[in-house]
Amino acid sequence: MKIKQLSLFIENKPGSLNAVCQILKNNNINIRTLSLADTEQFGILRLLVEEWEFAKKVLEEAGLIVRVTEVLALPVDDRVGGLAAVLDVLDRNNLSVEYMYAFTFGKEGRAVMVFRFEDPDKALEALTKEKIDIIESIGLFH
Amino acid sequence: MGEFVIENRIWNPEMETMPVEDIKKLQLKKLKETVAHAANVPFYRNEFAKRKITPESIKSLDDLARLPFTTKEEMRSGYPFGLFAVPPSQLIRIHASSGTTGKPTIVGYTKKDLALWAELCSRFLVAGGLTPNQITQVAFGYGLFTGGFGLHYGIENVGAAVVPASSGNTKRQITLMHDLNVETLICTPSYALNIAEVIEEMGLKGKLALKYAHFGGEQWTEDMRIAVESALNIHAFNNYGLSEIIGPGVAGECAARNGMHIQEDCFIFECINPDTLEPVPEGEEGELVITALGKEACPVIRYRTRDLARLYRMKCPCGRTGMLMSRVKGRTDDMLIIRGVNIFPSQVEEALLRIDGVAPHYLIELYRPNNLDEAVLKVEMTPQSFSDKMEAMIKLKERITREVSTVTGIHFKIELVAPNSLERSLGKAKHVNDMRNLKVE
Repeated sequence: MKIKQLSLFIENKPGSLNAVCQILKNNNINIRTLSLADTEQFGILRLLVEEWEFAKKVLEEAGLIVRVTEVLALPVDDRVGGLAAVLDVLDRNNLSVEYMYAFTFGKEGRAVMVFRFEDPDKALEALTKEKIDIIESIGLFH
Repeated sequence: MGEFVIENRIWNPEMETMPVEDIKKLQLKKLKETVAHAANVPFYRNEFAKRKITPESIKSLDDLARLPFTTKEEMRSGYPFGLFAVPPSQLIRIHASSGTTGKPTIVGYTKKDLALWAELCSRFLVAGGLTPNQITQVAFGYGLFTGGFGLHYGIENVGAAVVPASSGNTKRQITLMHDLNVETLICTPSYALNIAEVIEEMGLKGKLALKYAHFGGEQWTEDMRIAVESALNIHAFNNYGLSEIIGPGVAGECAARNGMHIQEDCFIFECINPDTLEPVPEGEEGELVITALGKEACPVIRYRTRDLARLYRMKCPCGRTGMLMSRVKGRTDDMLIIRGVNIFPSQVEEALLRIDGVAPHYLIELYRPNNLDEAVLKVEMTPQSFSDKMEAMIKLKERITREVSTVTGIHFKIELVAPNSLERSLGKAKHVNDMRNLKVE
């Protein structure tokens, strides 16, 4: 199942990231995982939270730009070649990955990787056909 | 004041030292001819008709006050050839300057106009030390901007050699100056200071033949003159001109450097209060208004320059009789001069509006590190233009850089900033933050 990811525009200057975290904290929202793509001058903060609609609302109310995109979270065996095996499947199915990042914790001895595909629907269909395990909801594992 | 910093030389003694009464007679004669010729331009013909002006009705120079002003807006609405008094077939050169919006202001020259322009540039070049046996380097951009070509033909007219190095590539500029024994440098004053720094980095300080420099294209100060003269061991001279009038050569300093002598046989200057449009007393600061005399392609009557300066007469030891103008102290509009190129914030806004999803919330920041102007453009992000993909964001930045450069001719360093992060006061956004320290005198 596709998971909603929130992307935020932040300037690359002291306090920008903390400002976002303070808003989430004040609204009792827990960040499940995140990735930050940065340049010298600005950054793109990507967040996975359970209550994404509520998070989007409070962040936008605070004046931030929030974009919702769909990503897939795939468990990857925590062993040599674990990620390579998954990427093999992606290549075979011609699935283009825009970017990926990892959850900070694993699930039943496996790591969990977040993939942003160029075409999330096509990826979901292909991976389901390949019987690749896909995380159903980030709320399912704590 | 009054001491010559170099030998006093005059290119055209007849015109440059003509008694004031004779200059005024000549101006009156030429003003009548200019009014007659300007009637070939629909804008002037209509204005003259409204005011019942004919060449015969011009009895004295006081009648100048009856003539209409010409503004940048008239030039824009006439784009491209609307304010020309000759058909395009008679032109042999076309230049352009920044307009307040995307379309530039077009100016054209006939063969006679170019000869006049070269003559005018020769006058200030010779006043500032140029002799026929010198090698001169022009580090102004060669292109639509009038600086490069204007000076080029003035130098050739004197009989000196030109190195048309154009702008940029400072190390190559210095190598050429060093190897060719260049004695005169033409550029913007801030670029000269940058050249001085690079000369030092290259270990060539004191090893160049440079003696003179002629600066124009941007505002500068006496402090900058002292700095650049000592850094390069040269004498630096100021000159004034604008493409709407003809280009460089309208006024320039002599060896006594009491201000810039106006070439009064070719231009009538007025100095007005920009709000009341009434003349200010002699010696007081006001907006310069210029009427060009004897131009064929683009006659210009009472052009409101938006430049603030003082006009005064004094007996100058150099023998020139032309009225003097002070340095330009500022502008009455929001025009910016960046690396010698004129731009208006409205041009930046126009460029941003060409890009889908980008809002025209922006701030131009100007710095001068190492004496080179650096222009930063902060643009607020919008939900429409934001992407979670870095590649898309980099492309957006490149697109903004390209569009703004296309319209203004200036390479801005683009910074994407958070929405609503740029200061808005009284609903009106502040669009420029100039931190270049341009305080004049």
